[in-house]
Amino acid sequence: MLAMNYRGPYRVRTIDKPMPEILHPEDAIIRVTRSCICGSDLHLYHGMVPDTRVGSTFGHEFTGIVEEIGPLVQKLKVGDQVLVPFNIACGKCNFCKQGLFGNCHESNPMATAVGGIFGYSHTAGGFDGGQAEYVRVPYADVGPTVIPAEMDPDDAVLLTDVVPTGYQAAEMGGIKEGDTVVVFGAGPIGIMAARCAWFFGPSRVIIIDHIDYRLEFAKNYAKCEAYNFKDMEDPVVFLKKTTDWYGADVCIDCVGCEAEGNTLQTFSGRVMLMQAGAATAFQWAVNSVKKGGIVSVVGVYGPPFNLAPIGNIVNKGITLRANQASVKRLLPKLIDHVLSGRLDPKGLITHRVPLAEVADAYRLFSSKLDNCIKTVLIP
Amino acid sequence: MKPLNEDYKNIPGWGMDADPENEPTYPMKNYTGDDHSRINYEQSEQQAQEVEILMSNERPAITRVFGTTIPPSGLSGMIRRYAFQHSEDRYRHWIPLLLADRVNVVEGLVADIASLHIPNMIKERGLAMEWKYNRAGLLKKAAVAAFTGIALYALLKRKK
Repeated sequence: MLAMNYRGPYRVRTIDKPMPEILHPEDAIIRVTRSCICGSDLHLYHGMVPDTRVGSTFGHEFTGIVEEIGPLVQKLKVGDQVLVPFNIACGKCNFCKQGLFGNCHESNPMATAVGGIFGYSHTAGGFDGGQAEYVRVPYADVGPTVIPAEMDPDDAVLLTDVVPTGYQAAEMGGIKEGDTVVVFGAGPIGIMAARCAWFFGPSRVIIIDHIDYRLEFAKNYAKCEAYNFKDMEDPVVFLKKTTDWYGADVCIDCVGCEAEGNTLQTFSGRVMLMQAGAATAFQWAVNSVKKGGIVSVVGVYGPPFNLAPIGNIVNKGITLRANQASVKRLLPKLIDHVLSGRLDPKGLITHRVPLAEVADAYRLFSSKLDNCIKTVLIP
Repeated sequence: MKPLNEDYKNIPGWGMDADPENEPTYPMKNYTGDDHSRINYEQSEQQAQEVEILMSNERPAITRVFGTTIPPSGLSGMIRRYAFQHSEDRYRHWIPLLLADRVNVVEGLVADIASLHIPNMIKERGLAMEWKYNRAGLLKKAAVAAFTGIALYALLKRKK
């Protein structure tokens, strides 16, 4: 079968690879119909995530058709069209039972800090991802969800990560009616977080980035205010000023480890790899939120640690909330939002690329060429 | 593990300010109290282990399912085995893993050449997209790389 194959930083190709097999009685084999490149895949592509082995197949946002099921799978049948949450969850451990499907304790032997994730390095369990024609899906009764007949397949594939992660970013912000919410990062997740923030009743949603075409897209898609930090002398002062010198009620970091905007963070985190990427957006979030405010983090940071303004978190009494999205927990609500027309996930898709041209697709997204927001690979 | 102070419930004021609605992780967590039973939860069947799996030393045993792609091998595999002797808290875990990733890239190139496959670096890097949509930027990067290379070469030659 055809599959994406990682060869080193900024190098990928497609190869012919053996078909995946059922390795556990709760496994299913899925024939992939759509697979996206996520912004967090770029951290792998750029060589930022430890234990990303040459030969890996990435891809944690995919839909497909059930091709084969293990003997203990009861809820799926061959031929079902499913969307597959990016987190691999057993559904039985204490964390899954508490709705923390992104923190499953039985899907990743290689690290305890993160549950298993499809195609996201051996640090996240060493599973092959969905940027392939077929993929092995463990715990098939837990994660995969049958796509409602009336749902557009393009909407379905974005419900595997982008929509839940954006929604949870806003949800973790504990947004109250009348709040001002600032979202750092106008990538697909940031745009979705800004859009979903409205579900919680704020009076203002502001998005900050440095790519003009993305800010323009965000302004239209998420109906929010959009500002380029390169036009400001100091984004923190700008945000204080625009909130009556008070600070935002909620700040959301949707950037993660490859942020721009701070020379020390960039040099130490992205050039020298002395910390787990540049924590610039997190620093701005902490310093822009009001005293007693909430900072929500869904941006991806690699291990082991980052330079962060802990003193200001303490002194300002900030509540910090963060997690991988618990896709399974959120799906019923989000499917309803999509089917009722309140959310339009497919509106984020700007490019469709055949799987065979995966190297071009990664470069297009990584270098933000041709006004790219979201790329879908078609096997 | 028993609490150090078994009489902790009698400490004046214990628990009186607890407010379930102020659960800091709400709404991510549907609190069940099961955390206190630790890892004694119902588990799935164990996946058979047929390849080498490196396991975090912060776990008592392997997870019920796991990925089986690309078992450790070669020099990078030796470095990864060393890394997994140390916990996720340690630099001695993560820095060797990053080093192993870089060594693994060289191993990948050697394996390609050994199998008579010469990697198409231009295609694998998707440079056709840069040429199509960002030609000036690509030429600028190429010029900077060429200048840096020539400067380094000249510097090294002068030192000799």
